[in-house]
Amino acid sequence: MAESVSNITAQMPRAKLAGLLLFFLGPAVVIYTLFSIYPLVATMALSTYTSDPSGARFFVGLANFETLLGDALWSKPFWNALGNNLIFFAVHMCMQNPIGIALAGLLSLPGLRLKGFYRTVMFLPTMLSVVIVGFSWNLILSPLWGVAAGALKSVGLGSLFAPWLGLESSALVTLSLISVWQFVGIPMMLIYAALLNIPEELIDAARVDGLGQFRIFFHIKLPLVLPTISLVSVLTFVANFNAFDLIYSVKGALAGPNFATDILGTFFYRTFFGNQLQLGNPTMGSAVATVMFFIILVGLCLYLFLVQRRIRRYV
Amino acid sequence: MTAEQRARSLGVHLVLVAYSLLAVGPILLVVMNSFKVRSAIFGSPLTPPDASTFSLVGYEKVFRSSHILTYYSNSLIVTLVSMALVLLFGAMAAWALTEYRFRGSTALALFLSIGIMVPIRLGSVAILNMMRSAGLNDTLTALVLVYVAQGLPMSIFILSEFIQQIPRDLRDAARCDGVPETRIFFEVVAPLLRPAIATVAVFTIVPIWNDLWFPLILTSSDSTHTVTLGVQQFLGQYITDWNSVLAALSMAILPVVIIYVILSRQLIAGLTSGAVK
Repeated sequence: MAESVSNITAQMPRAKLAGLLLFFLGPAVVIYTLFSIYPLVATMALSTYTSDPSGARFFVGLANFETLLGDALWSKPFWNALGNNLIFFAVHMCMQNPIGIALAGLLSLPGLRLKGFYRTVMFLPTMLSVVIVGFSWNLILSPLWGVAAGALKSVGLGSLFAPWLGLESSALVTLSLISVWQFVGIPMMLIYAALLNIPEELIDAARVDGLGQFRIFFHIKLPLVLPTISLVSVLTFVANFNAFDLIYSVKGALAGPNFATDILGTFFYRTFFGNQLQLGNPTMGSAVATVMFFIILVGLCLYLFLVQRRIRRYV
Repeated sequence: MTAEQRARSLGVHLVLVAYSLLAVGPILLVVMNSFKVRSAIFGSPLTPPDASTFSLVGYEKVFRSSHILTYYSNSLIVTLVSMALVLLFGAMAAWALTEYRFRGSTALALFLSIGIMVPIRLGSVAILNMMRSAGLNDTLTALVLVYVAQGLPMSIFILSEFIQQIPRDLRDAARCDGVPETRIFFEVVAPLLRPAIATVAVFTIVPIWNDLWFPLILTSSDSTHTVTLGVQQFLGQYITDWNSVLAALSMAILPVVIIYVILSRQLIAGLTSGAVK
């Protein structure tokens, strides 16, 4: 970035430069540090404390984490939430990326009409609040209303209908699919943009060589947009391991039935704020947040060191 | 076009139409049924309202039994103020990072970009403690502060890319004329950022308007709730009153859809021009 700096600003007197930096960077750095970085650090610090009923805090080192991972009362819901979160993420990876790639591939076909219309419509759910999406699907899938049951019956699959959101066996996957339905617009748009950036000549050369659209897509376009696909995957990872709104609005803080839809976000909320079954516990809540932070950090590092590096070699 | 090409293009359109229906169908279904009487919601959910089934009873109930207008104005205030501050402070910081050479500028840029990937939500315990001790608990100010902190990294990142594309001669010409640096930024550079600002604005507005978490933990009284939280609580209480539930959902959907339709061209241009990579 140094090349973009002009000589005039490079030769500025020190005091003047300091004043300008303070003026331009001050507000952003102060607000960001105070309300984003400091709370993250303070939360991690708080996770090494415990408090007694009077509210006094004591330093306990890593004892909260031992409780969280070892004590049966804590570790069972924690591992359950982590497992569910992994399933939630796996459903996103298996559904959201392929559908997003397929839609982007179709949208980027040369000479396609109405592509602006399709793009706008298919991206619409992504713009809506997760709360609204959750409730809307809750109504649609409700056996009370009968819309989903009726739709299946009309195509002769009526016997397949079940109250999916209410069953322990299917609630989590159903919620994951609702989330996929909402956010498929993100991979679609980013991959679509990447596909548009592929140089014309490359595609033309392939066409001259007699490759059909299908093979051009799989053998030329797809390998070139792999970096975007891996970026989308890491964005999905961070969003999924930080998810909360959908489960909370459809299933409440207890993530029913019988914690079948509990993920780290709802587990964190319950630990921090409490609910009908337990009192809120800020220090244990901090411990859960810290563990979530490290899970996200490990995911990001894996992405940076394994995926990003390999991609660099490609281009 | 050969027959084969035509058939293939028809197939492509069939898939895209089918997926478009899947994407908007559920939304249309909710909005459409919110304008019907209860018997028609259950009797014929898939038909649009007609003269005999049209009813606004759900909307009346929502207006009477919730503070929906307060929620709307809270959401508007929080979103607009946060957006304005994110754009202003973000553009200023992006300018300083790209324009001036100083020790630690790379480290500072890295520091500011942590927030793009690490969710600020994980610091909630400390944020709540801070807001309580500062007396900001249950105020819109608390929400604005958190959202500005949340929006800054992305806006600095996108705006830096744009500022780098502005020809350097333009700024240096002004400098030779002795124009002060602050005026160069506000009068020369800032107006040129207009296209980028629309993109950043959309990326800032949507997550703030839709957020449930921070209103849930930071606001406790009806007078400070936002639309998302207000509707969430309303839906929880009135889940058996289908007219009200559908009306409340529609009232939360419609403004977003309207804004989206107005801004979609800008948003899609921003997304596809590679503003976020």
